[in-house]
Amino acid sequence: MSAAPLLRVTGLSKAFGGVQAIQDLTMHIQRGAVHSIIGPNGAGKTSLINMLSGVYRPNAGSIRLDGRELSGQPVHRFAAAGIGRTFQNLQIFFNMTALENVMTGRHLRERCSLLSALLHTRALVRAEAACRETARALLRQVGLAGSEDVPADALPYGALKRLEIARAMGAQPQLLLLDEPAAGLNATEAREIDGLIKRLAGDGTTVVLVEHNMRLVMEVSDHVFVLDHGRKLAEGTPAEVGGDPRVIEAYLGIEEAAHA
Amino acid sequence: MSSAWLQFVASGLTAGAIYALVALGFSIIYNASGAINFAQGEFVMIGGMSAATMWAAGLPLSFALPLAVGAAVLVALVVEKLAIEPARHAGTVTLIIITIGVSLFLRGLAQLVWGKGVHRLPAFSSEQPIEFMGATLLPQSLWVLAGAGVAVAALSAFYGRTLMGKAMLATSYNRLAAQLAGINTRGVLFASFGLAAALGALAGVLIAPIAFTSYDTGIMLGLKGFAAAMLGGLGSFGGAVLGGLVLGLLEGLGAGFVSSAYKDAIAFVVILAVLFLMPGGLLGARSSDRV
Amino acid sequence: MAPAAATASEARAGVRHWAAHPRSGGTLVLAAVIALAPLVLANNYSYEVAIQVALNAIVCVGLNLLIGYAGQISLGHAGFFALGGYGSAILASRYGVPVWLSIPLACAAVALLALVIGRPTLRLKGHTLAMATLGLGIIVSIVLTTEDKITGGPDGMAVPPLALFGWIVQGERVWYWLAGGMLLLAVWLALNLIESPSGRALRALHGSEVAAETLGIPSARYKLQVFVLSAVFTAVAGALTAHYAGFITPAKSSFMHSVELVIMVVFGGMASVFGAVVGAAVLTILPQFLTVLKDYEMMVFGAVLVGTMSFFPQGIVPSVGRWWARRQP
Repeated sequence: MSAAPLLRVTGLSKAFGGVQAIQDLTMHIQRGAVHSIIGPNGAGKTSLINMLSGVYRPNAGSIRLDGRELSGQPVHRFAAAGIGRTFQNLQIFFNMTALENVMTGRHLRERCSLLSALLHTRALVRAEAACRETARALLRQVGLAGSEDVPADALPYGALKRLEIARAMGAQPQLLLLDEPAAGLNATEAREIDGLIKRLAGDGTTVVLVEHNMRLVMEVSDHVFVLDHGRKLAEGTPAEVGGDPRVIEAYLGIEEAAHA
Repeated sequence: MSSAWLQFVASGLTAGAIYALVALGFSIIYNASGAINFAQGEFVMIGGMSAATMWAAGLPLSFALPLAVGAAVLVALVVEKLAIEPARHAGTVTLIIITIGVSLFLRGLAQLVWGKGVHRLPAFSSEQPIEFMGATLLPQSLWVLAGAGVAVAALSAFYGRTLMGKAMLATSYNRLAAQLAGINTRGVLFASFGLAAALGALAGVLIAPIAFTSYDTGIMLGLKGFAAAMLGGLGSFGGAVLGGLVLGLLEGLGAGFVSSAYKDAIAFVVILAVLFLMPGGLLGARSSDRV
Repeated sequence: MAPAAATASEARAGVRHWAAHPRSGGTLVLAAVIALAPLVLANNYSYEVAIQVALNAIVCVGLNLLIGYAGQISLGHAGFFALGGYGSAILASRYGVPVWLSIPLACAAVALLALVIGRPTLRLKGHTLAMATLGLGIIVSIVLTTEDKITGGPDGMAVPPLALFGWIVQGERVWYWLAGGMLLLAVWLALNLIESPSGRALRALHGSEVAAETLGIPSARYKLQVFVLSAVFTAVAGALTAHYAGFITPAKSSFMHSVELVIMVVFGGMASVFGAVVGAAVLTILPQFLTVLKDYEMMVFGAVLVGTMSFFPQGIVPSVGRWWARRQP
């Protein structure tokens, strides 16, 4: 790898009570590429995403973004450093409209003091109008152009998955973590997510996604990590990983009869 | 010095036993519904006031006491059917406000029926204080401790040995799973109200000879019982008992050695300290969002 | 187009847009109600009630930001109310500070207190937060009752009247305009906050705190901000109430008062500034009618609470709003 990695994860570990969710994990995320994290259920994928976004604090190890150590910081500092994410169990703001959700995503790009908010200054009004425009553009990008003023709790599941991505993009993150973006979607919707991820990567965003949908993973990824029981089992291009017998065994539990 | 200690410990434990009973009531209803029942203190008041009225009317204590507890239970069951059950799917804030409304209603009713005056019950056995290692103990204190002890033992036998008790425990762990297992969770809520009222009313009749009773004694006792439940960990039965006793002790010792004018404040200062340092309470579990 | 003409037509379009917006429309209606109400207020007593409504509404607007928008809870806000009142009263009567200064000073002190206790308190959630705020409110109440040398004890203390530029603000009608004006100011500030990025951040915290944090919203800081803001609103109302009434008692800091305030907010409708005003109005006026019932007052109030929350769990204003929206073709 020629360029320095965007994200350098070293020796990461996390235990919950007696369960070791992640064990001594080391991985490098390259700038501008799409990485996938796959593995059987319970492999620790969501715990990893939670640690990379600051939601969980690791027991050991380091997370460096552009050389800056992030591990141990509060969640909003991870966001401020340029890491955005979506959630496996939707965390949409159901008390807002779709547009307001995405506008909230712009928070890091807005400067708003309490005083200017209270006094409704002209500068604030202008900034709000700009924010609204940017949010509209983001909604168009994910294919939700007509749903701006729809309350989020009235939107269908597939739309909400895309809304969460638009919202996360609002902060213009360097690194976007997508936790099962295609979960619960039908084939057409999954293909739309596929296209969306490719577009995001094409614009220069580094993407890390956790997915079970193998077709999506193979189509969209530049690099794949396989986790099993909290450890990195294998990594490489989709083709390399797809043919790796250890990966097959971990997923299917079939012992290779090679020893016979 | 030691006799003063003993004095404060004794009065503290007495108060603590009362708080424990009230706290158990809070935890039981919290486990069944997820809501805080702000009317819990009124069950205590109804117990004490009914007993006082019945005794004043000539009924011997052995009838007045159980009838008073029964009256409070009856009131609680009616309240549950009319006000709580219809709203059982509402949010917790709504339920809290409904129980506050119920508490106002009951207090208003009590004021109507019994007036604003103070009533009293005679001590169960003797009014004569007992000398013990330099300290003066009221026999009624022993009744309080014994009564509370018996109630707690009966409660744990109920939960551990009877089918209904186990059903209530199951509901408190996971309501949905309990429903799926065939447990009638509406019935559990109904029974929980009755049980909480019985415990509260018992506290009310036990303490009435010492602290007297009037239409508004429910407020402070309810609040302190709530504080005790939180101290021990809301929803934990052992926690409610422990929280009550610890709170009573700290209050008694604090009032004795630090300042008696601020006696009521002690309970709340203790609560704040616990909440800031150990939000789950002494025995409560820590919860976290699963994302 | 010449620059001046362009700005003028832009301004006209802006005003039209502003007036049509439901929020500014609501403010207009409120201003109209305040301006026209004296036509129906017959005597000093009804003015008194109106002033009470306005002052309670100021508290509720602030508290609604905390409870309805930010999704937190406080069962001890009466403590801030009383501290605003007592603070100003003590500064004015014992230290000779002129009232137009003692009020902001007292409110600044309350803001500082809220800042200090808010930080550890707002780390808690749900029932633990409710209990902590409850405890704090009661401690304030007990201190105010016990330190009788400073506060006058359970019977309270006399409060000097508000004087501006040598002119004493006295009399129901004058206070009505003052209270009404302050209410409009409070509503304007609250609406501005809600429609700003800060307001969205608050609502985001209520919607999903973890998601808000992953968007870079520092939840602790925002919760603290809205807590302090609501404390200031409450303290201002408390100070004004004290100087209007001419006296203040520790009952103003009681748990029951805190509960009344929360009920006004929830009753009127969470996440609705005008709901808070309506809630304050209804629950201030209703007991006035109930005093006729004397001994039945508490019972009926309790029954009304139970009934309303059972049938309108979202609060009055949102429920009415939804019913109205359904009636539209």
